[in-house]
Amino acid sequence: MNKITNNKAWFLVLPVFFIVAISAIIPLMTVVNYSVQDIFDPQTRFFVGTEWFEQVLGDSRLHDALIRQIIYTLSVLFIEIPMGIAVALTLPRKGWGVSASMVLLALPLLIPWNVVGTIWQIFGRADIGLGGYLINLMGIDYNYAQNPMDAWVTVLVMDVWHWTSLIVLLCYAGLRSIPDAYYQAAKIDGASRWAVFRFIQLPKMQSVLVIGVLLRFMDSFMIYTEPFVLTGGGPGNATTFLSQFLTRMAVGQFDLGPAAAFSLIYFLIILLVCWVFYTVVMNAGKQGEQ
Amino acid sequence: MAWMAWTPITAVFFSCIILMLIGMGIWQAVSPTVPRRGFLPLTTTRGDRLFISLLGAAYIHLGWLAFTDIALWIGSVIALAWLVIVMRWG
Repeated sequence: MNKITNNKAWFLVLPVFFIVAISAIIPLMTVVNYSVQDIFDPQTRFFVGTEWFEQVLGDSRLHDALIRQIIYTLSVLFIEIPMGIAVALTLPRKGWGVSASMVLLALPLLIPWNVVGTIWQIFGRADIGLGGYLINLMGIDYNYAQNPMDAWVTVLVMDVWHWTSLIVLLCYAGLRSIPDAYYQAAKIDGASRWAVFRFIQLPKMQSVLVIGVLLRFMDSFMIYTEPFVLTGGGPGNATTFLSQFLTRMAVGQFDLGPAAAFSLIYFLIILLVCWVFYTVVMNAGKQGEQ
Repeated sequence: MAWMAWTPITAVFFSCIILMLIGMGIWQAVSPTVPRRGFLPLTTTRGDRLFISLLGAAYIHLGWLAFTDIALWIGSVIALAWLVIVMRWG
């Protein structure tokens, strides 16, 4: 195959390369350097080899935070993805309802993370918050500052409120790209509503769903601001997720070495899961086409 | 560069990675990769296999540190073997 390649295009990629280098690659290299040293100040540092990695890998508090993080991320995905698909399927396809629902759905996405945390912190309070007050009025003893279960539910509901719209908007875009001919063919064949969803809508939404799941996985796995503002990781350590644990280690205790080692492990987990998920879904798509 | 807190070992580590990437780039220019299927359950190009082997090597080291007290260089040898196996037969 004689393919004409124009290597000038590489020059156009250079600005992006420099931005990524400065914002991601150089900091990551610095983190690797920090992870093998005990640093007191820029002049006083000692090489410790893999000591921090061993310490971090054997830390039971970190294991707990990791388990909490996995449970949290899986819960977020299991709630938000089906709910996002369901809402996208019920949205209007034409008329004024389209713009109205788009604006309404986009609203939570426009709110900064710390503001979302503050909104829910006030909303969930039994004394001044509408949500907390109503729940207590129903006879349920709800207090997210004292009861770990309540704190968990509040953090989860907050995330669902904040991010389900993203999945809805992505799925809606996927659904809109399906030509009418598919639906007409399904109608002629007498396909059920479920069959239309399973064999037309779901496959066509696959690529946007991959992006949606990846974004939600990465975001929820790295979640920091919202639980920090809402519960501060408490009660106790009940809602202390990985990034909060890391920040406490790096900024609170100023343990830069262990924090750097932990950051790298954290990065490797995210890298592996995203790669496996992306590869599996993309290969499944290819096999489906063949 | 002092703020990056370089050590000789990490400098060698990153030099190896950069050399690997440059080497792969030249190799690709000289003889472009052909996607193929080895013992890994997916079709891979040369770059895919390098990524898989490097990621695997990182996990082998982490697992070694987490579950054994044996000297790390043995883990590194296993990781290197894994790298060669994946690049050749993956």
